[in-house]
Amino acid sequence: MTVSKSVLVIGGSSDIGHATALRYAERSWQVALAARDTITAQRNADDIKARTGNDVAVHALDILETDRLAAFVDDLPALPDTVISVVGELGDQARAERDIAHAAMVMRTNFEAPSLLLGLFANAFAARGSGTIVGVSSVAGDRGRGSNYVYGAAKAGFSQFLSGLRNRMALTGKVRVVTVKPGFVRTRMTAHLKLPAPLTVTPARVAADIYAAAEESPRDVIYVGRRFWLVMTIIGLIPEALFKRLKL
Amino acid sequence: MSDLAGWGNYPRIPTEQLVPARAEAIAPLLAGRSGLVARGQGRAYGDAAVGMATTLTSSRLNRMRRFDPASGELTVEAGVTIADILATYVPRGFFLKVVPGTKFVSIGGAIAADVHGKNHHRDGGFGDHVIALRLMLPNGEIVTCSRHANAELFHATVGGMGLTGIIVEATLVLMPIETGWLVQETHVAEDLDAAMAALERTAAHTYSVAWIDCLARGRALGRSLIYAADHASAADKDRFAPARDAFPPQRRAGPSMPAFMPSFVLNPLAVRGFNALYFRRGARQALTPQLVHWDPYFFPLDTIGHWNRIYGPRGFLQHQCVIPAANARRVLAEILDRVARRGSASFLAVLKQIGDSHGLMSFPLRGYTLAMDFPIQDSLFGFLDELDAIVTAAGGRLYLAKDARQSRATFAAGYAGLDGLRDIRRCIGATDKLVSHLSARLGI
Repeated sequence: MTVSKSVLVIGGSSDIGHATALRYAERSWQVALAARDTITAQRNADDIKARTGNDVAVHALDILETDRLAAFVDDLPALPDTVISVVGELGDQARAERDIAHAAMVMRTNFEAPSLLLGLFANAFAARGSGTIVGVSSVAGDRGRGSNYVYGAAKAGFSQFLSGLRNRMALTGKVRVVTVKPGFVRTRMTAHLKLPAPLTVTPARVAADIYAAAEESPRDVIYVGRRFWLVMTIIGLIPEALFKRLKL
Repeated sequence: MSDLAGWGNYPRIPTEQLVPARAEAIAPLLAGRSGLVARGQGRAYGDAAVGMATTLTSSRLNRMRRFDPASGELTVEAGVTIADILATYVPRGFFLKVVPGTKFVSIGGAIAADVHGKNHHRDGGFGDHVIALRLMLPNGEIVTCSRHANAELFHATVGGMGLTGIIVEATLVLMPIETGWLVQETHVAEDLDAAMAALERTAAHTYSVAWIDCLARGRALGRSLIYAADHASAADKDRFAPARDAFPPQRRAGPSMPAFMPSFVLNPLAVRGFNALYFRRGARQALTPQLVHWDPYFFPLDTIGHWNRIYGPRGFLQHQCVIPAANARRVLAEILDRVARRGSASFLAVLKQIGDSHGLMSFPLRGYTLAMDFPIQDSLFGFLDELDAIVTAAGGRLYLAKDARQSRATFAAGYAGLDGLRDIRRCIGATDKLVSHLSARLGI
């Protein structure tokens, strides 16, 4: 009998977390979800169980309580083979410009907390000698735009953290770190926004790309949707003198 | 506020649209609002799922709750679609007992319209395979309804067009299948008598339906292709296609209609040509059994995204009536004759036998149902009123899930359950609270 591999999805109450966990469960992985909102995470776990027949564990985790992250990792019944953070909070840019507490919450949720947690998993994986770490960042971190730079800056920090962590882990050769950069995704987080249809993908698409990148290919950084890679490459090439005058 | 329409793109009406993220989020939305109705995937053709003031879309109530493979009982949130259920459970060897002509409908919508399939004559409607549902009443309270608990509410909700509360969850029974394939045979009928005889002859099959060439006149009036099918056993599958997967996954989406076609595309000449080709193609397959994949068999039109756009920006109406068996031959001939003489382009016309139904407001009656699509023209409304008069005189009625224009008199004559539904609505405080454009138009 083969023992199935295990995955822990941090942010398991979200739509991308749900879709990602389902993708892994469909491929017979043992799945666990971690979330602050355990009621919604349990709803996702029940859904995955109904669809695949596989039990899904739910762990309570408030990722902003960073002094408890080490205990969370230590207390897990077993260290997973793959850990995926889909934690994210879009926030409200206009509010973040006036309200320091709100800006800090956005920065901590998108950068500080997931970075610290994945750093702990990296140490544990390195000690074990195996593991895959997936961080879901965002194309918004590729360049700061006036319309959402607080979120973007936090995602930029997260992307750079993952980049550095990957570099460190690659030298040991045992632990993989994968950065996933979705563009527009139709989820609860973006439900109130008008998104451009040709560039907008479903959570299931993000999940499929995460699984393919983390488990079926050696890729380090992926954009979800090649179109977005192109868009962000072009945006990245615009000279700052011009870029600062654009309304983006 | 933005404009919303049904699948027929007529009428388009402004309404506030809300998309609750989960069932618990609905009650606060109900408080302080009235003139509200739930909407699933918007596949009702007319104004059934457009709220007078507010429309509550269930698209995010899309989680499954639990499944018991031993009993086949599946509990899902109301926004889960038939497409999702089949994509998930066909590979596990299960199928829904009843599916309508499109898989892109929500379970809440399928219950509210008590949709029927090509097996209604044998297996009843969608609601007949619902064990229980959780219904949010206008006051925000959620009650469980079944044939045993709150039975009156259950019978009014199956086929009740969302007017008795908001369905948040339902438990259905899936049936085991040996394969995801069907064995289909095609019969050719040169006129209406032959078509009705063929439908009766093929009624022993699980599924049977006739496609009618509505432009055929005179002696060819009612000429049809009758498709009869059964789920293929493992032995059937091995006989026809030993190399194929027993439980094939859903087909990938095909091309989508990118925009509204200009109205001249569907001219009578083009439709006549299409029908002639279609009829000849079907006749070639006659009586040779074919093995058909479940997805194109049940949902042929779903392969073309937005096929409704072929009718142009003005939209289209579907007229679907049921005629009790006793009068069916004469009445169907009269309707078909009028349609053929009008020469209007209806290239989707379907005739099938259906049986009795059990919801208070369910559409089926023992007899025949005929469904025809018509692009909207100014002259269409008067013409359909004439057809309605024939239907009413024959003791028939129109399907509310397709309706956008019938009169109150036609409706009241067809639906004996109307007073009972009104009583229940009064009793639960739904009369002003849950109002769709359909319910307001028909005085429900």
